[in-house]
Amino acid sequence: MERVPVLKIGDILLVSIQIDMEDQVALQLQEDLADRIVGTGCHGVIIDISALDIVDSFVGRTLATIASISRVLDAETVVVGMRPAVAITLVELGLSLPGIRTALTVELGMALLARDRQFTLPDDDEDDADEAVVTAS
Amino acid sequence: MALSTDEAGRFAGLLESNGEALTSAWTDAVAGLLRGRLSHAELHRQIAELQKGFQSALSGGAADLEAEAAGELRALLSEVSSTRARQGFSATETAVSIFALKEAVLTVLDQDSATDAATLRDYVSFSSFIDRAGLFTFDSYVRAREELISDQAEQLLELSTPVVKLWEGVVAVPLVGTLDSARAQVVMERLLQTLVDTGSPYAIIDITGVPAVDTQVAQHILKTVVAARLMGADCIISGIRPQIAQTIVALGIEFGDIATKASLADALRHVLRQTDATAGRRGAGRRES
Repeated sequence: MERVPVLKIGDILLVSIQIDMEDQVALQLQEDLADRIVGTGCHGVIIDISALDIVDSFVGRTLATIASISRVLDAETVVVGMRPAVAITLVELGLSLPGIRTALTVELGMALLARDRQFTLPDDDEDDADEAVVTAS
Repeated sequence: MALSTDEAGRFAGLLESNGEALTSAWTDAVAGLLRGRLSHAELHRQIAELQKGFQSALSGGAADLEAEAAGELRALLSEVSSTRARQGFSATETAVSIFALKEAVLTVLDQDSATDAATLRDYVSFSSFIDRAGLFTFDSYVRAREELISDQAEQLLELSTPVVKLWEGVVAVPLVGTLDSARAQVVMERLLQTLVDTGSPYAIIDITGVPAVDTQVAQHILKTVVAARLMGADCIISGIRPQIAQTIVALGIEFGDIATKASLADALRHVLRQTDATAGRRGAGRRES
């Protein structure tokens, strides 16, 4: 069975789905991700679905489950790169994927996560050392 | 009723021998019907061409209009009717220009003293051929008109749904006109595609030009906003006029947590404030969206 690779970049786990999302693949990804989040202690997960033509209700639900699982493990999930056609189909199906954060591109997704971490960091220094945070281009 | 080869041949001969007389009789009959909306010279040229078409089709032994020999005639007829359709003539005026050939033929036959039962039979079958040609003209006319209408509808669709870049990372869709399902679909697709192409995380939907907002229109707008959110872009609805706001509330339409602003300027200010707030300065209402 094909597997979706999970890449670690700094504090973020990057998952780029390049194959057809069959139910088994989705479930395997859910397990792998949970393992990797615990194993690496990462605080962010980015799932890139820009190569996906079809997102059915099962995959949609799995994405929502992955988001919930990683939230329990203190990691924020961002789904990036959803195609317009996919978004329209999901809306027509009445699936608005509640609880999932989205961004247009991987870059914007990383910026979103970086911003999030920043706000949750302890507020000890008041100087402008963190002015140079990644900005949303 | 199909023409026999003999009949076709006889009529080809008739058309040929009485060429000029027939053309002018036919032109006069049509000119009366069109009431001078086409110049006489132009009409004469057109009629002469048609007559030549009939003649070559018949001398080629065309039994009916579908025959191979009538190919040129069919092309001529459809050309005439589509030009007429574009010039704004009515369907009757177009079809009658073909039917007038019958009268012209009758006039020519009247001058010929040797009319008998055989000529009458010939005339009837010839006239049914012309009927067929007239109906064909009618069909082409309708087809040309339909093409015209669908072209215009398409142009209208393109005209009315531009997506403009307002600022770095901000696009706007100024909606003008009533939003039906087809247009809403086009707007949605174009907006989402532009979001991908430009990588803009913010979109402003301006409904200043939408005359009325009912539950259906609101539904379309909401769907667009949700789809944009799924892709990771935020939508703001702006340009809500006072009456529209009252209608929205009266209908019980809920926009939920979607930001709504009275004017496009307000919406842009809202977006800029948000991008400013999220650009690294801590605090300042990041979670407000």
